[in-house]
Amino acid sequence: MEKILQVKDLELSFNTFGGEVKAIRGVNFDLYKGETLAIVGESGSGKSVTTKSIMRLLPEESAEFKNGEILFGGRDLTKLSDREMQKIRGKDISMIFQDPMTSLNPTMPIGRQITEPILKHQKISKDEAKKLAVDLLRLVGMPKPELRMKQYPHQFSGGQRQRIVIAIALACNPQVLIADEPTTALDVTIQAQILELMKDLQKKIDTSIIFITHDLGVVANVADRVAVMYGGKIVEIGTVDEIFYNPQHPYTWGLLSSMPSMDAEDAKLYAIPGTPPDLLDPPKGDAFALRSEYAMKIDMEQPPPFFKVSDTHMAATWLLHPEAPTVEPPEMVIERMKKFPGSRYYEGSAN
Amino acid sequence: MAEKLVEIKNLKQHFNVGKANEVKAVDGITFDIYKGETLGLVGESGCGKSTTGRSIIRLYDATDGQVLYEGESVHGKKNKKDLKKFNRKMQMIFQDPYASLNQRMKVMDIIAEGIDIHGLAKDSAERKKMVYDLLETVGLNKEHANRYPHEFSGGQRQRLGIARALAVDPDFIIADEPISALDVSIQAQVVNLLKELQEEKGLTYLFIAHDLSMVKYISDRIGVMYFGKLVELAPADELYANPMHPYTQSLLSAIPLPDPNYERNRTRKAYDPAVHNYADGEDVKMREVAPNHFVDCSEKEFAELQERMATNK
Repeated sequence: MEKILQVKDLELSFNTFGGEVKAIRGVNFDLYKGETLAIVGESGSGKSVTTKSIMRLLPEESAEFKNGEILFGGRDLTKLSDREMQKIRGKDISMIFQDPMTSLNPTMPIGRQITEPILKHQKISKDEAKKLAVDLLRLVGMPKPELRMKQYPHQFSGGQRQRIVIAIALACNPQVLIADEPTTALDVTIQAQILELMKDLQKKIDTSIIFITHDLGVVANVADRVAVMYGGKIVEIGTVDEIFYNPQHPYTWGLLSSMPSMDAEDAKLYAIPGTPPDLLDPPKGDAFALRSEYAMKIDMEQPPPFFKVSDTHMAATWLLHPEAPTVEPPEMVIERMKKFPGSRYYEGSAN
Repeated sequence: MAEKLVEIKNLKQHFNVGKANEVKAVDGITFDIYKGETLGLVGESGCGKSTTGRSIIRLYDATDGQVLYEGESVHGKKNKKDLKKFNRKMQMIFQDPYASLNQRMKVMDIIAEGIDIHGLAKDSAERKKMVYDLLETVGLNKEHANRYPHEFSGGQRQRLGIARALAVDPDFIIADEPISALDVSIQAQVVNLLKELQEEKGLTYLFIAHDLSMVKYISDRIGVMYFGKLVELAPADELYANPMHPYTQSLLSAIPLPDPNYERNRTRKAYDPAVHNYADGEDVKMREVAPNHFVDCSEKEFAELQERMATNK
């Protein structure tokens, strides 16, 4: 498969009054053509910072690339000038933000907001751009698009606003679409509509999507592959089935166990104890070790490397080291593993 | 069945009454909350679930209808003493732990505000001790008392909000989306805390949320709201296993679950209010279709639902 975007050994820090916050501490991933890669993790894990650094949307005064590269179309995005970056932003790579209330300009009719990137990046007339904008609105399922072009954001509901934001993001047929919690602010019914819309559009224009969310239900719905982030690093990456049915990292186990399942009994919900690490002074070894009941001595001393589970599945945990003791994952995770051929708890086909 | 703690009778909350932009946020809902239970209230934004909570605790003056707390009406004229007495019994936890705590006050004073108002502490030493105890109850420690809200994470702030609500020793807590602003791993911590407190102190909760899987987990019974009306009310398991109102079915079918195989096969049902096709003046109200399972339906739909129940058995 064709690699559209490659993030290699990315390290990024924020210089603050309190010192250097190591927000991203060595992130590696590839994005393939036409796929949806979901990045999950709690706030402060570095998922938004990773994507904002791809878009170069971080404040230059405080954010500093320490190491690594972001390769897109043969160029390293971390090295581009602002001017060159502007040609890419909104055209080849575009972004959908979490809050459709604040990502639209309240004083501008939405028609102008949609034609803005088109006029900026494509050499076409205003009238053509308007026609294109109407088509885009129709594409994202907005009724009476001609009429609505002249309206202002406050005249739309939250779900409609997110549709407009999607229309703007898709205006120039981007190769990469970054969606940062695009449905978190929306209701479940509206969320379902937006997710269906995004999947539908992805098929039509064959774009690659990086989807950031902390809702694992949404991940299971949209993702082809999943990267789990913790403490500024990816701790596990694999196909959606591998992550949900054969997770290897204790943090992934914790995440999957802390969601109540619909058929769950009233047992106590598993809660990952403690709080995320302080990235001003990141832990020396495995960042999750202090919250993990599976932590070993080596976890406190050395950060684990990636261990290969399959060709598509890697996890950074010392538990996968050949000399590590075999441990029993939480019960809810074992239940999941039973469904996965190749895991040690596999029980054969259910059919 | 247990004792009724709160009775909501035909509660209506309209805004901008008499003007062109009148909004019927809550339009005649009736339900009871029993002592010691957790009643979940779900629905999409704008359906009136938060307004219902706020009307029950008298943050709004109800347009019509009644809220009875232990048989006494919550609304209507009250002298200060009565109001105070009543305010002690009912407390609220808000959605946004960033906006609901005064940034200029220390944690000590935020939590003790209710204690001061109701004069629950004899002297400052007792006040201090009460705050320390409360902090411990919600899983924080007493060093936190001298800090300001901005020094806390979202989950910790929500714990402060809970401590503040518990300070006056209430019986009934309205939790308005208490976990929506929190991370998944932290959500579980707060939900577990709420459950523990309920067991310890015998609290009654009205839990307002739009995250349906969490609601099912924490609630004994669940009410589903749609456009200012309650459309279905049933025990939590029953509602999920056997949703009867088409809106509930649509809502449940929209929830994504952390299970890729399930997601590949899930089909979403859309809800169109036109399916009811009610005739003018048809008597649509909450009817008990199965034991403790109420559905908003017409006489005809009621008969159909009962028939379906009979054939399913």
